[in-house]
Amino acid sequence: MRKTECLAMILAGGQGSRLGALTKKIAKPAVPFGGKYRIIDFPLSNCANSGIGKVGVLTQYKPLELHNYLGTGSAWDLDRKGGGVFILPPYAREKGADWYRGTADAIYQNINFVDITEPDYVLILSGDHIYTMDYSLMLDAHKKNHADATIGVFEVPWDEAPRFGIMNTDANGKIEEFEEKPANPKSNLASMGIYIFSKDVLKKYLEEDAANDNSSHDFGKDIIPKMLNDGLNLQSYAFEGYWKDVGTIESLWQANMDLIQDEPPFELQGEWRIYSSNPSLPPQYIGPDATVNKSMINEGSMILGEVSHSVVFSSVKVGKGAVVRNSVILPGTVIEDGAVVDYAIIAHNCKITANAKVQGEPGAISVVAEGETV
Amino acid sequence: MKRVMGLINLNEDRGAIRNLADFRAVESIPFAGRYRLIDFALSGIVNAGILNVGVMLPDKERSILDHLRSGKDWDLARRHDGLYYLPSAKVEKEARQGDLKNFYFNLDYIHNCKQKFILLTSGSFVYNMDFKEVLAFHEQKGADITMVYYTAREAALGKDIVIKCTADGRVTDISERPETKDNAKVCMSVFFMEKSVFENLVTTAYERGGQDFMMDGIIKKAEQYNMYAMEHKGYVSHIDTELAYYRANMDILRPEIWEELFLGDRSIYTKVLDGVPVQYKKDSVVKNSLIANGCIIEGEVENSVLFRGVKVGKGAKIKNSIIMQKSVIEDGALIENVICDKNAVITKDKWLKGAQKYPLIIEKNMTI
Repeated sequence: MRKTECLAMILAGGQGSRLGALTKKIAKPAVPFGGKYRIIDFPLSNCANSGIGKVGVLTQYKPLELHNYLGTGSAWDLDRKGGGVFILPPYAREKGADWYRGTADAIYQNINFVDITEPDYVLILSGDHIYTMDYSLMLDAHKKNHADATIGVFEVPWDEAPRFGIMNTDANGKIEEFEEKPANPKSNLASMGIYIFSKDVLKKYLEEDAANDNSSHDFGKDIIPKMLNDGLNLQSYAFEGYWKDVGTIESLWQANMDLIQDEPPFELQGEWRIYSSNPSLPPQYIGPDATVNKSMINEGSMILGEVSHSVVFSSVKVGKGAVVRNSVILPGTVIEDGAVVDYAIIAHNCKITANAKVQGEPGAISVVAEGETV
Repeated sequence: MKRVMGLINLNEDRGAIRNLADFRAVESIPFAGRYRLIDFALSGIVNAGILNVGVMLPDKERSILDHLRSGKDWDLARRHDGLYYLPSAKVEKEARQGDLKNFYFNLDYIHNCKQKFILLTSGSFVYNMDFKEVLAFHEQKGADITMVYYTAREAALGKDIVIKCTADGRVTDISERPETKDNAKVCMSVFFMEKSVFENLVTTAYERGGQDFMMDGIIKKAEQYNMYAMEHKGYVSHIDTELAYYRANMDILRPEIWEELFLGDRSIYTKVLDGVPVQYKKDSVVKNSLIANGCIIEGEVENSVLFRGVKVGKGAKIKNSIIMQKSVIEDGALIENVICDKNAVITKDKWLKGAQKYPLIIEKNMTI
């Protein structure tokens, strides 16, 4: 294999249990977002756009749909000679097999893969967040600072800081202290779960961590504190822009609604293209009596009724007199004539029968699970 | 269908559609919001399981090459077989007119392909057909040459090949007509035959001074071969005039035709651009229209087809129009019965109107 400067490893094994019905059959990174994407499209597209051509995707929980979606990586232009997307689920060794016991253990179990690709740096990403970021700039900062590790941080509102892993830094951004979910935070710089490690440092700490039976094998809880303790040069890299953990039904709904504000806080339509696996579908058809506004609608859909303040994925049918408001409708769902959907997330291939009603409210979004008929 | 190779002849006459085909081949005119005309023939060939496809390049080949590239979006970027580009015969080699010379100078390629049969199509018809049925028909009839036709729904201007055949499909007459009457059986320029028949047809016609594959290859030799014709009963439109182009786009606004062409088992593939889903802003009003990804709509759109990445400003109104990729209709502009080619800009508050039977065409990259 050709030598790589920076190898990306995306942790995509999470269950996303707080997404309830939406992650019954799929891992969180495969959850659909924004009319045509899945969450993992964001770190994958960021890698492709940042010039990182070799990406390991570590999967574990219900991985099959995710594996199928990733395919050869061609959708993200990651079907590269000597590179591309490598799907890395847990595997058997001479003495049995282990699940990934934590974020650090997942990388440790694939340390041979890291060795084969011979990178100078390893970028660790999570497959759970919506944001666009140029990792090459973060790598430049890592090199400039001669850091052992660089951690992406994001300013969160002070009252939310106790929910995050918080970095306390000096004036130059060097990390002095890390506190996991502090009750009285000294800083509001939250870790984004984005790390760049110099490869040899990473390997040494992963090996030590694996041998430690008292460790929870987690980057945030174990590896980073240990590195700080040992006096390593850990730098923060401040990210400015839109960054959202869509870990709950409410936050997933809200992030979708963010896209359809009059002036969205987050633009998908920029130079920094977000790629996704495209089914071959025709442009959408909007019928003679349809009303469509404040919405995003994807290819192959047919709208004969009303869609307002909603995000509609591909191949959705909204019948005559049907009303979709304040909702997210995933691919292949049919909303029959006269049905009403308000403050709801309707999963794949559902059927909302004629004149039926799915009514949620702000703060209590209704969810209809994949394949259900209401 | 592994026994069959496909060959698409990009040879449509651009005379009656020149405002859209001035700088591109007719077959690469954008259609139905995100496609190019060639996508229909090429996707049909791929959907039939044919793995080896030659494309006879037209004179203005750049937009075709840019569209098809490696063939990946049609699943034709293969280790073996896949997509082949066949250049047209160079003028210094041959000053003769017509497409026959292009076939003749590429016969070595066709001969070396390992398939037994050849499916020849044009790239200027809009339809979605199962070509596997053509092979079955061909073998059942024991034909030398099988062609596909459709029955014209209404009389139309524009040159077409009209055939007559018996109830079981044997072709009894074939001729070129300057216009078509309704109920005429119109040849779709889809031919199926053994490769050896094709090679023989091209060689003998060309070496005896022939110029045009249809005239000198098929029509003049009709009596020497056992020719059969099979009807395609689905939607067909031959895009050879500007009016035909405009009407066919309007046809797609009928949901039954949209569904037949695009939502059945046989997908129509095209170059993927990764556009964002359509964004409808708070004052958007859209009725009976086809809207492609990447569009941002703040104004009104009715009975129209919007291609990828079109922007419609506040208070702008678009009616009975076709707006191609990345065009911008600025705030307050009113347009009706207009075809805007790619990257056109209709500036603020301009009014433009064509007629239903004579749509106004705004050329590529124009700012009005």
